[in-house]
Amino acid sequence: MYQFFYDLTGNVIISTIAVAVVPLVNILIVALIGVYLERKVSAWMQDRVGPNRTGPLGLFQTVADFVKMLQKEDATSTEIDRKLYNIAPVLVFAGTFASFAAIPFSKHLIGSEIEVGLFYILAVSSFVVAGILMAGWASNNKYSLLGSMRAAAQIISYEIPTAIVVLSMVMLTGTLSLTQISEIQTAHFWNWYIFGGPGLALSKFLLIPFMIVGFIIIFISTLAEVNRTPFDIPEAESELVAGYFTEYCGTKWAMFMLAEYGNMFAVSAIVSILFFGGYQSPFGYLGNTLGVSWLIPLEQVGWFIAKGWFFIFIQMWLRWTLPRLRVDQLMSLCWKYLIPYAIVNLVIIGIISLL
Amino acid sequence: MKQYFKNTWDGIYTVLVGMRITFKHLFTPAVTIQYPEVKVKLPDRVRNRLYVNMDDCIGCDQCARACPVSCIEIETVKSVPGEDLGITSNGKKKALWVTKFDIDIAKCCYCQLCVFPCPTECIYMTDVYEFSEYDRSNFIYKFSTLDNEEVEQKKINHEKFQAEKEAQKAAVAAAKPKPEAPAQPSAN
Repeated sequence: MYQFFYDLTGNVIISTIAVAVVPLVNILIVALIGVYLERKVSAWMQDRVGPNRTGPLGLFQTVADFVKMLQKEDATSTEIDRKLYNIAPVLVFAGTFASFAAIPFSKHLIGSEIEVGLFYILAVSSFVVAGILMAGWASNNKYSLLGSMRAAAQIISYEIPTAIVVLSMVMLTGTLSLTQISEIQTAHFWNWYIFGGPGLALSKFLLIPFMIVGFIIIFISTLAEVNRTPFDIPEAESELVAGYFTEYCGTKWAMFMLAEYGNMFAVSAIVSILFFGGYQSPFGYLGNTLGVSWLIPLEQVGWFIAKGWFFIFIQMWLRWTLPRLRVDQLMSLCWKYLIPYAIVNLVIIGIISLL
Repeated sequence: MKQYFKNTWDGIYTVLVGMRITFKHLFTPAVTIQYPEVKVKLPDRVRNRLYVNMDDCIGCDQCARACPVSCIEIETVKSVPGEDLGITSNGKKKALWVTKFDIDIAKCCYCQLCVFPCPTECIYMTDVYEFSEYDRSNFIYKFSTLDNEEVEQKKINHEKFQAEKEAQKAAVAAAKPKPEAPAQPSAN
């Protein structure tokens, strides 16, 4: 995409900004619709109506909230470490935003076509931990500190099963580039890795159960990494007020929320790229059938966003189904269940891929 | 080891059970009643805002006396002969001008004790329950149909009549000084 803008404008700065704006707009839209959808989904699951006063069907509720948030006074406590306090939300948001650089929205709509995209995303998404710890520490508040400590423990623990599953997928595909992983799963949905990947060899059918296990493990662990219920102990509102961003308000608080929803989309994107074909259409492209080649990228973007939203919906669904895990349960789930299963899964997938 | 796999299975299975339940509720219609637009039907004998039908009020003061929190204030002026105050809906002849009938609804405890003694059933509870106000003084409901001028007029009329009667009485007493007192004041 950078090359495209560079060819178009011939200016390094303009093309860089143009490339950066696309994921930013996506994050904003995800946050705007995500907050609305979260309220609506929670309401429907609890047999309520949800927001319905601001605009038709309450569609402008998030816009109204956003405007309110911008108008708020930037109230800060006197005892905070002002520098770290101000940097922290930026850092958390930067971590989320950076991970969008390597996520392919279509074959060419990708911020940076780096070869180590998967590795890069794992690296920058754990960068968020630094911001969270900083926020908790600089707030000079017991709840914030507790929340950020929990967040650090949780995110670092759950990196391991994520990384192991990603490793097994890398072993199978032989590439770290997200675009190439998506390209392998092209054509139809039975080529997706959740259905054993492309080809019709015996190994494809042997892989299916282990792919499902891998999918469940990576879904649970990425859910924990974005601090959402049932793994929301870092910001457990019933015990820690709001966790690490208790002391924040207004725009800075909004940045944490943006980062949360951006992260939700990012992990959904990774799960859909690894197991559900990423931007690939499950039924072949309309553009190919009609012979209109310019339709294909649009379809790809559409499928990618649809898949992302599908997993965001599942995350919300889980949020309004399950109660929060206790700290010890959280740790035992990770270390006693997810990691052993992930390692066994890795070994078995390795053996199958040798066949 | 067996327990370990059982735990795993239980974990996944129970989550799926929970998800099935919440998914069903996704399509259940909401139970919320959109209050200002849709209102719940009230029971038959609800006790809400008091209302006085002044056409039927005879100014008997029984409701004010029944009120346990003294939120009703009534003042009346006797009518003079020749004034037609009309009759109530159940045929009672009105004899008093009700110059003041104030209910301080902020004090009212909605006990309905004022409703039962009313001989003409003109004070009763309605089903209106939305009557919040910005100013506390607005909670004093004035039911009297007479305005201030009329009230003054009625008072003057009554005093004049009273004075005339006194004068008449005095004249009669001066004309024939009888020892026994006649049972005169029965007309009013």
